[in-house]
Amino acid sequence: MATKTLPMFPQTAKIALADTQLRRNPSKPTTTIRTKRANAVAELPDWEALRAAGSAIKTKVMRNLDEYLLQLEAAVQHAGGHVHWARDAAEANTLLTTLVQATGADKVVKVKSMVTDEIHANDALAQAGIQAIETDLAELIIQLAHEKSSHILVPAIHKNRSEIRDLFLRTIARGQQLTDEPKQLAAAARTYLREQFLTAQVAISGANFAIAETGTICVLESEGNGRMCLTLPKTLITVMGIEKILPIFQDFEVFLQLLPRSSTGERMNPYTSLWTGVTPGDGPQEFHLILVDNGRTNVLASETGRQALHCIRCSACLNICPVYERTGGHAYSSVYPGPIGAILTPQLIGVEHAKSLPYASTLCGACYEVCPVKINIPEVLLHLRGEITAHASPLNPETLAMHQLAQTFATPQRYERAQKLAQRGQRLFMHNGVIDHLPGMLAGWTTARDLAPLPQQSFRDWWREHKAKEQA
Amino acid sequence: MKQNAKEAILARIRRATADSPTAPSIPHDFLTHDERNREAILEEFIDRLIDYKAVVTHCSSADLPQTIATACEQLHITHLAIPSDVPSTWLPASVTVLSDDPPLSVDAIDKSDGVLTGCAIGIAQTGTIILDGGATQGRRMLSLIPDRHLCVVFADQVVSLVPEAITRLQEKRTQPITLISGPSATSDIELNRVEGVHGPRTLQVFVVG
Repeated sequence: MATKTLPMFPQTAKIALADTQLRRNPSKPTTTIRTKRANAVAELPDWEALRAAGSAIKTKVMRNLDEYLLQLEAAVQHAGGHVHWARDAAEANTLLTTLVQATGADKVVKVKSMVTDEIHANDALAQAGIQAIETDLAELIIQLAHEKSSHILVPAIHKNRSEIRDLFLRTIARGQQLTDEPKQLAAAARTYLREQFLTAQVAISGANFAIAETGTICVLESEGNGRMCLTLPKTLITVMGIEKILPIFQDFEVFLQLLPRSSTGERMNPYTSLWTGVTPGDGPQEFHLILVDNGRTNVLASETGRQALHCIRCSACLNICPVYERTGGHAYSSVYPGPIGAILTPQLIGVEHAKSLPYASTLCGACYEVCPVKINIPEVLLHLRGEITAHASPLNPETLAMHQLAQTFATPQRYERAQKLAQRGQRLFMHNGVIDHLPGMLAGWTTARDLAPLPQQSFRDWWREHKAKEQA
Repeated sequence: MKQNAKEAILARIRRATADSPTAPSIPHDFLTHDERNREAILEEFIDRLIDYKAVVTHCSSADLPQTIATACEQLHITHLAIPSDVPSTWLPASVTVLSDDPPLSVDAIDKSDGVLTGCAIGIAQTGTIILDGGATQGRRMLSLIPDRHLCVVFADQVVSLVPEAITRLQEKRTQPITLISGPSATSDIELNRVEGVHGPRTLQVFVVG
C-alpha cells in the first residue's frame, strides 16, 4: 500500500485552534485525568522502581523480539489457537477478512483496539460486506458520527454530551426520550449493544499484552464490552502489533500496575481479561492471533527511535502535553496523536511523510516524566528533527537562513550591523508589542509563534555607555 | 504466503536488532510483599472495594448464609444463577437456583436476576477480585451477563499487593482469568464516571472471616 503523506501539523493545528468548541472539549478532561493519574501514582511508594522495571522489560523484549514471537506462536498453537503473520496493513486486512468470511458471519463485534484503527480494518471489512460494530462507548460514538478518534484512551473526548445525545437520537436511539445525562446516554448504548453481544458469532480484539512464555493474551477495559466480546462469540480474532509482547507471565506484576494508574488514573481498571488459546466449555472455541508488523520493524532499526515501541498506549503523555491540550488529537492526522504520536507516526510511515510531527512539541519534557515505561520522547523528537534536517536539500530556506546567520555571527562588526538594522526594521512587523509576522523566508518562524522584539538598547550599547560613565 | 510473511518479519527484526547491545538486566526493586498484619490488609481491601463502588458486607463464616439471603432480598433477586459447585449451604431457600450444570443458555443467564460465585484471589492494594475458573467460580459468561454479581471472598484469599496476586495466579495461569475492580464503568462522556455499562451494574462482595 502506498503511504500517504500527512498534512502539515501547523496547518491542521490552526484549524483545530479556530474551533472553539473543540478547544473547550479536550482541555477540561485532560486536566481531570492528569490530576487522577498524579494521585494514583503518588499512592505507590515504589512507582519509580516499577517504571525502571517496565522500561528494562521492554528493552529486553525489543532486543529479542524474534525469539519471543516464535515462543508466543508456539505457546498459542499449543493452547489450541492459530497464529498468522502480516507484514503490512493490507496483508493483515486480507487475513482478517478471510478469517471472518470463513465463519460465514456478516457482522462482527469489536473491542477497542489501536492497531485495527491503524490498519483501517473496519473499512476493509466493510468492503467485504462485513459490518464491524465498535462496542467501546467512545469508539461507538466515533463510528456513528463517522469521525476520527482524537485520543488514545477516550477517543470521543472532543465531543460533548449534547452532541452525543443528538447523535444517538439520529442513530441507535431513534424515537426514544433521551436527556444529555451521561448515565442515560450510557444506558442507551447498553440497550443497543446488548443485542449485538448476545447474537454475534465473531469478535475482533486488540491486545494490551501477550505473554511469550504462556501464549496468554491480555485486554484491559472498563465497560465490560471487552469481556462480552472475549467471552460470548464462537470465534475470536485478536490483532496485535508485534511489539506488544512481554516475556513471562510474572511480568504482569509490573504492567498491571503501570498501565491502569497511568491511563485512567485508577488503582485498577474495572475489568482485565486474560486468556490462553481456547478453553473447552468456556468462551470462544476458535481463536486466531494476527501478528502485525506494518512499519514496526523500521522503528526497531533505529537505535534511538526504537524506544517508541515500548509504548503501552496509556495516553499519559497526551494528557500532560501543553500542545495536545490546545490542539486536540485531530491535528496530528494519525490514530496516534500527542507526543507519542509525534515520535511513532513518522517512524512507522517514514519521516518524509510526516515531516512536521517531530516539531509539534515544545520539548518541555513533561511527557518523559509521566511515561510509565520511561520513553525519552524529547530525545526521539530531537533525533527525528536531526533526520529531517540531514535529508533536507542544501537549497532549503532554513539551511540557507542558517548559513546566512553563521556568516553574520562570525564577526562582532557584522553582528552589530545586523542588530542595528533589525532594531530599525522590526517596527514594520510589530503588533501589540510583539513581532507576529516576519517577511519572506522568515515567515515560517512566526506562523506558530510570536517573537519578542529586540530592545532599543543592546547590551553592547549599554556596556559602552556604562564604561564611559565610569571613566567620566 | 503465510510462511513468507513470518520469515520476512523475522528477518527484518534480526536485521534491525543485529547491532543492538545485550539488554540490561531487569531491576526488581519494586515491592513484592507487605509486612502489615492481616487485619490491616483486610481493612484496606474492604476500603478500596467500597471506593470503587462495590457493596461490601464483612461477616463470619457462620453468618454467611444469612448474609447472602439478606442481600438477595435487598437486591430483589428471585432467580439466582450459580456455578454448579457452589456449596448448597450458601444458597438461600427463598430463591430459585439456576445451576450451570448442564450449561445454562445465554438466554437463561440473561433472564436471571444475579449470579453468586466464589473467587480465587483478592488484592487489597487495588480492591480487585480475581476469578480463574476454579472452584465455585464457573465459566466467564456466568459472572458477566447477570446484572448483579454476588461474590464470596474468604479472608485467606486476600493478598496485599499486585505482585503477590500474580505469583499466586501462576498455578492457574493458562485458565481464562478475569480481574474485577468494582462494577463496570465508563468515563467516555466528558469523563463523567457512570457505573454499570455492560458488565454487572451491582457488585456485592461478602468478605468472610
